[in-house]
Amino acid sequence: MKKNLLVKIFFIFILAAIAAFISSPWSKYRLKLGLDLSGGSRLTYDVDTSNLNDSDREKAISSLRNVLERRVNLFGVSEPNVLTSTFEGKNRVIIELPGVNNPQEAAALLGKTAQLVFSEVKQDPANGSATPSASLVPTNLTGADLKSADVVFDQNTGKPSVSIQFNEEGSKKFEEITGKNINQPLAIVLDQNMVSAPIVQEKIVGGKAQISGTFTLDEAKNLEIQLNAGALPVPIKLVEERSVGATLGADSIEKSIKAGFVGIIMVALFMILVYRKNGLIAVVALLIFGILTLAVYKLIPVVLTLPGIAGFLLSVGMAVDSNILIFERLKEEIKKRPIADALEVAFGRAWDSIRDANIATLVTAFILANPLDWGFLHTSGPVRGFAITLALGIGISLFTGVVVSRNLMRLLVNERRIKT
Amino acid sequence: MNWMKYRIIYLIISMVFLSFGIYSLLNWKLNLGIDFSGGVVAEYKLPSGEIKNYRYPAKSDEEVAKIRAELKKDGEELKFETVGPSIGPELIKKTVYALGISALLILIWVTIQFKSIKFGVSAILAMLHDTLMLIGGFSILGHFFGAEIDFLFVTAALTILSFSVHDTIVVFDRIREKQKKEGGELINVVNSAITETMNRSLNNSFTIIFMLLSLVLLGGDTIRWFAIALLIGTISGTYSSPFVAVPLLITWERLEKKFKKSKY
Repeated sequence: MKKNLLVKIFFIFILAAIAAFISSPWSKYRLKLGLDLSGGSRLTYDVDTSNLNDSDREKAISSLRNVLERRVNLFGVSEPNVLTSTFEGKNRVIIELPGVNNPQEAAALLGKTAQLVFSEVKQDPANGSATPSASLVPTNLTGADLKSADVVFDQNTGKPSVSIQFNEEGSKKFEEITGKNINQPLAIVLDQNMVSAPIVQEKIVGGKAQISGTFTLDEAKNLEIQLNAGALPVPIKLVEERSVGATLGADSIEKSIKAGFVGIIMVALFMILVYRKNGLIAVVALLIFGILTLAVYKLIPVVLTLPGIAGFLLSVGMAVDSNILIFERLKEEIKKRPIADALEVAFGRAWDSIRDANIATLVTAFILANPLDWGFLHTSGPVRGFAITLALGIGISLFTGVVVSRNLMRLLVNERRIKT
Repeated sequence: MNWMKYRIIYLIISMVFLSFGIYSLLNWKLNLGIDFSGGVVAEYKLPSGEIKNYRYPAKSDEEVAKIRAELKKDGEELKFETVGPSIGPELIKKTVYALGISALLILIWVTIQFKSIKFGVSAILAMLHDTLMLIGGFSILGHFFGAEIDFLFVTAALTILSFSVHDTIVVFDRIREKQKKEGGELINVVNSAITETMNRSLNNSFTIIFMLLSLVLLGGDTIRWFAIALLIGTISGTYSSPFVAVPLLITWERLEKKFKKSKY
C-alpha cells in the first residue's frame, strides 16, 4: 500500500516536472496571445447576399472567404484568421490580423470588391448636340481572366501603375477585343468607376496590358493585391473594427501578471493560515495546477486573451475550493474515526459535491465556448476565450485538487503514523 | 443553529437590495457601452505621456476615418474600436440564448442529481436572484460611476450564473446526504447542513474575493469593471445559496404539505 503510494507520488512529480519544463520560457513552446494582448486588429464585415438564392449564397461565402484569405496573405500578415458566421440569416466575415499597425489600410484593402471589367466605348451618333455622348459596353473580359498583376512605374510619366498579364483564355479575348477596337478607346472599369480609357493602337497579342490611372503608390499596391487575390464574389461592408496597439497589449499583460501574482500569494497565505499543514499541501497542489495549466495552454495551444486570463484566475479560486471542501469535511470526520480512515471518508464524501458542482460549471463553460460552432451562440471573440480557460481550469483542478492533494495527504498521514 | 427561523429576514435583505437595483434599472436604465449601442471608442497616448480617451456615437465610415486621421496627428494610437449599430441586438440575442440554454441544462442536471424538481427550481431561482443583483448593481454603478455594460459584463454575468449554482449545489448536496443518513424533519436537516457548509462557503468565497480584489486594484482599466462584476456576483452567489435557495426549498416543501392536507 505504501509502496503504491510512493509510486503515485513519484508519477505526480514527474508529470509536474515535465509540465514545468514545457511551461518554462526556455522550452520551444510559446504562449499564443490574442489580439488584445499582442496588438492587432479584428475586422467584422457584413456580407451582402441579398441578390443571391440559398445555394449560391453558400458558394459565394466560401469563395469570399478564400479571396479574403488570399488578400490577407498577400498583405503580409503572419497568422491571420478568417472566420465566417451566420446568425438569423445575416452573414458575417470576421478577420483577425495580429500585429497590424495600419488597420485602416487593411480595412480598405479587404473591403474593396475589386471587380475589374474591360468595356468597349460606343460613340452614340451625334444627334444634333454639341458634345457627343458615349456609353460603356462591358465585354466578357474581366478580372477573372487575369494571371497576375504587378506594380510598375509608367515609362513615360514615372507614375505608379499596375501591369497585368492575362491567362490563356484572357489573352485570346484581349486579342479579339483589341482587334475589333483599333483606334477606339477601351475603358478599364474598376468597381463601376472608369480608371482609364486608352486608345487601342493595334491588335495586342500576348495578353499584356497596363492600367495607368492616377494612383498613389499605396493604391497601386492595394490594387495589385486585390487583382492577384481575385474580386470579391459579393460586396461586403465593415461593421466593426477593434484595434489594439502593441503597447496597450503589453501593458495589459504586465498588469494582469502582477494582479495574478498578488492574488495567488494572498490565496496561498490564506490557505496556510486557516488550514496550517493541510493548507501547505493545498498550496503545493495549487502550484502544480498553475504549472500544468500553463503547459496545457502552450500544448493545445489556447489563444490567451484578457478575459481568458481572468478565467484562469477565477479557476484558481475554484481549484482551491476542492481543497477547502475536503479539509472542512476532514475536520468533521477526524472527530469520528482514526485519521487515516477519516481522510478516505472525507475525500469520498467531498467528491460528490465537487463532481456535481463542477459539472454545473462545465455546462456553462461548454455553452459559452460553443465547441460545435452553433450559429445562434457566440462563435468567436472574448467570451469564447474566457470559457475555454475556465473549462480547462476546472478539468485540471479536479486532478490537482483531488488526485494530487489526496496522495500528498496520504503520505503525510503515513509519516505521522510511523512517528507515533 | 436554527438558520431557517430567520427566513423572513433573509427575504427582506434580498428584497431591499433587489428593489434598489430594480428602481435604478427602471429610472436610470443600463449604461450601454459601444458593444451594444454602436459607436467609436479610442485611446491615444499624447507625446506628453498623457493617455486620452475619446468616445463618439455611431458615425459613417468617412466620418470615422476623418476623426481617426485627426486623432492620429496628436498621439500614438493605443486602441481604436468602432462598432456598427447592427452588432448590439445580435449580441443581446446570442447572450439570451446562451443564458436560456445554460439555465435549462443546469435545471435538468440538478433535478436528475437530486431526484426532485424542487431542488432544480430553487437553484435556478437563486441564480436569477444573483443575475438580477448583478444587473441592478451595474445599473447603479453605471449611473454614479459610469460603469458600462459591454461584452465583458456579459461574460461576467454568465460566469456568475455557474458560480451561483456551483455554490448552491454544495449546500444541497449536504442536505441530500443528511436526509439519506439521518432523515427527520427537512427543516432540521437543512439547519445542520447550512451550519456544516458555512465555513467552506465563506472560505471559498474569500479565496475568490482575494483573487478578484487584486484584479480590481492592480489589473488595469480594461478588466476593472469586469472584476467588479465578478466580485458582486461572487458575494451575491455566496449569500444566495443558504439564504435564498434553501428558504425557497423549505417554503416549497411547506406549501406542498399544506396543499396535500387540504386535499384530504
